[in-house]
Amino acid sequence: MHNPQLNKDGELTHLLSIEGLPQRILTQILDTAESFMEVSARDVKKVPLLRGKSVFNLFFENSTRTRTTFEIAAKRLSADVINLDINKSSASKGETLLDTIDNLVAMHANLFVVRHASSGAPYLIAEHLQRIGRDDVHVVNAGDGRHAHPTQGLLDMYTIRHYKKDFTQLRVAIVGDILHSRVARSDIHALTTLGVPEVRAIGPETLLPKHLDKLGVHVFHDMNEGLKDVDVIIMLRLQNERMNGALLPSAGEYFRHYGLTPQKLALARPDAIVMHPGPMNRGVEIHSAVADGSQAVILPQVTFGIAVRMAVMSIVAGN
Amino acid sequence: MSPLPHLNTDSLPDAEAQCRQLADLIRPHLHHQPALVGIFSGGAWIAERLKELLDLPEDIGLIDVSFYRDDFAEKGLHPQVKPTVIPFDVEDRHIILVDDVLYTGRTTRAAINELFDYGRPASIELAVLADRAGRELPVAPTYCVWDVALRDGDSLVLAKQDDGQLAWRLENA
Amino acid sequence: MQIEIKNGRVIDPKNGVDRSISLFVVDGKVAGLGEAPTGFVAEKTIDAAGCVVCPGLIDLGARLNSIEAELAAAVAGGVTSVVVPPDADPPLDEPELADRLVHRGTEIGKARILPLGALTLGLKGERLAELVGLKKAGCVAFSQANAPMVDTEALLRAMEYATTFGFAVWLQPQDYWLSRNGIAHEGEVASRLGLAGIPVAAETIAIATIVQLVRDTGCRVHLTRLSSAPGVALVKAARDEGLPVSCDVGVHHLLLTENDIGFFNPHARFCPPLRAQNDRLALSTAAASGLAAICSDHTPVAADDKLLPFGEAKAGATGLEVLLPLTLKWAESLKLSLPEALARITSAPADVLGLSSGQLAVDAAADICIFDPEATWQLTPEALKSRGKNSPWTGYMMIGKVKTTLVGGRVVYQA
Repeated sequence: MHNPQLNKDGELTHLLSIEGLPQRILTQILDTAESFMEVSARDVKKVPLLRGKSVFNLFFENSTRTRTTFEIAAKRLSADVINLDINKSSASKGETLLDTIDNLVAMHANLFVVRHASSGAPYLIAEHLQRIGRDDVHVVNAGDGRHAHPTQGLLDMYTIRHYKKDFTQLRVAIVGDILHSRVARSDIHALTTLGVPEVRAIGPETLLPKHLDKLGVHVFHDMNEGLKDVDVIIMLRLQNERMNGALLPSAGEYFRHYGLTPQKLALARPDAIVMHPGPMNRGVEIHSAVADGSQAVILPQVTFGIAVRMAVMSIVAGN
Repeated sequence: MSPLPHLNTDSLPDAEAQCRQLADLIRPHLHHQPALVGIFSGGAWIAERLKELLDLPEDIGLIDVSFYRDDFAEKGLHPQVKPTVIPFDVEDRHIILVDDVLYTGRTTRAAINELFDYGRPASIELAVLADRAGRELPVAPTYCVWDVALRDGDSLVLAKQDDGQLAWRLENA
Repeated sequence: MQIEIKNGRVIDPKNGVDRSISLFVVDGKVAGLGEAPTGFVAEKTIDAAGCVVCPGLIDLGARLNSIEAELAAAVAGGVTSVVVPPDADPPLDEPELADRLVHRGTEIGKARILPLGALTLGLKGERLAELVGLKKAGCVAFSQANAPMVDTEALLRAMEYATTFGFAVWLQPQDYWLSRNGIAHEGEVASRLGLAGIPVAAETIAIATIVQLVRDTGCRVHLTRLSSAPGVALVKAARDEGLPVSCDVGVHHLLLTENDIGFFNPHARFCPPLRAQNDRLALSTAAASGLAAICSDHTPVAADDKLLPFGEAKAGATGLEVLLPLTLKWAESLKLSLPEALARITSAPADVLGLSSGQLAVDAAADICIFDPEATWQLTPEALKSRGKNSPWTGYMMIGKVKTTLVGGRVVYQA
């Protein structure tokens, strides 16, 4: 099946999902991000790459932090940034998603950063742009339903590469609500594509999708077992707003079994790093001592996130 | 200017010797304590050589101009971008920008723009091994050891051999 | 009107006819096969050379949003009788509404409308609709369409009431709680794409519940649009037990699986969802063995309601004009004969309905489909008469094209 993310020359023209991307493209993004880290360390944190281009942040689901990092990234590329919180505008008056896109394309949008509550929404947009012959307009998925959050997956990989260097020797554990997590799905695809030999998922049966093993993941329900000798622990937020059903009895019981405490962390390797996509629920999935401890790299993840998003936008905008 | 003889693979000069010649040109002009900045990758190698030959104490700067090029719309982002590293304060410094081949002048323009985002230098001089005619911008080298003309479609590339020695290669598009 | 249909291959699955003979129609009824009836003088001759002449197709599930266009689509697809679910707007829960619908169908004079009446008022699953009144107004059975009945006691009472009068109840086996948040089959594809899943248990739990209530009430139940292998197994067991249970499967579920969702293709959103390959194979075996009849589950959806993210798109595909070619395609893959294939969409649906139609015996109504089994045509919006252009097969070539359709001896469609 033709991958809608790649143009006819096999170059990345949209970033919709990590699934289906060859390793060389992931590596290119990580390598390019390194250069943007350097830009972000300068006094003048701008390069002229996207000067004159318009980046529209289309957020159908609220997220100030993700939107802000995309805005910073786009501005550091000298792009003009327009933020659209669709709740407040025409879509709530009944305008369809594709009508909104057509209107913005008519306003000379060059790149859409899209966050949507429905899995697959960015694909609909990318396919529509292709249908109307606009291969000069690009889509970056900032999170669609439970499906994918590819820039988060990439910045997580950047973080792992920064601290651990070689993917092919690692054990990585992802802990928490994987069923509802687009971050987890993107992480899993990225880890397996980059050659991580052991990817583990830890959580209660109710929070793990069936068929995880088909994605190359080892499933653990016992966190003590699952964390043994891991090099990287990715903690997921317990997502209150996504759960609609009797999935968990209480945050307290969850913390007792699946919360990352200093004692549980000690089961991993002594130089293991602790990651979290944020925002954290202290005392629910992670103990404050761990969140503030020396092994947590949660704040660096945020800095890496800007560089990774700059890399993604520059690569797709040029193809 | 009289037409220059055309180049072929057999008649390529010794790049290492040319680095020594370039150093000789620069040596009398070091009183402002200039900083060397090499443009990836050929310029970076030459800047390394110059640092040794001129016995300069300071670490050289390395510049990747991918983010400042003017052909992004046609070509997109270069697939291999390296981080720019400027280990000194650009403000008020005299800088010698180093590259292997000066051709249209666009790379130099991009490098100058990038340097200005680090601060306001006191001056910038350009040192290149080869100047091939074909300028599209008003850029001129301060130090140059070799004027050369190429046939249409040919390009001159500096490479680092397995033994670490720099050598020219003539490539046809 | 006296019509002779000649040079065609007459296939009547119910009566085991498969011969190249003439078919004679007098005053809206089949009057003879092979031999002209005494005194027959052809006023009209239809040349069916290269074509199959079979009973008009009976579609056990087709939604008629804009009645005229959809009835025209039906006969263009060779469908002469259409069973309409009660979930139009307003739901068919009042005798007057059923009356009007049947009347309108007669006026338009194309495919026959066989309405299903709502089992409960507003399809809310609480209070019984006036079943007797609805039956009198023309309803052939009673149904909840896609709206599962949550209140099992109410379902029990409804089935008891229906049994009183010998009415059949048609139910889609889908547990409300297990399916209410799902949009795709709970399997590999949904896990990978992050789509909320509907487990197979949603179907099997509902079938088991319904079967138990059939045991207790003796109610005649038809289970619509099966989707899973375990579901098929439960229905087979119920039939082996001698219970008055029948079932059907949507033709798309015989050919497509969850994999056809691809990159979130909204045309692969169905209710019930497309499930896994082993489910598809079980449904296929069930249809081939005669356990399940085949229907189109025709659901016209406007482009605006399909061009949406997968979870927001309305489920369903256009079906009336593809029922025949898709059934033939399915049969071809199993190497079934043409009579066996056609039985699934003519005599088998007639049996489910307890009607004597779906056959070409003498005195049967002359509802006839004449089609070229080798003719190809491309499925495009322009090629369809239905207002529903929504299909996962858009752009594909279809094999099997209807040339002429007769209802009650009148030509209602000519290609």
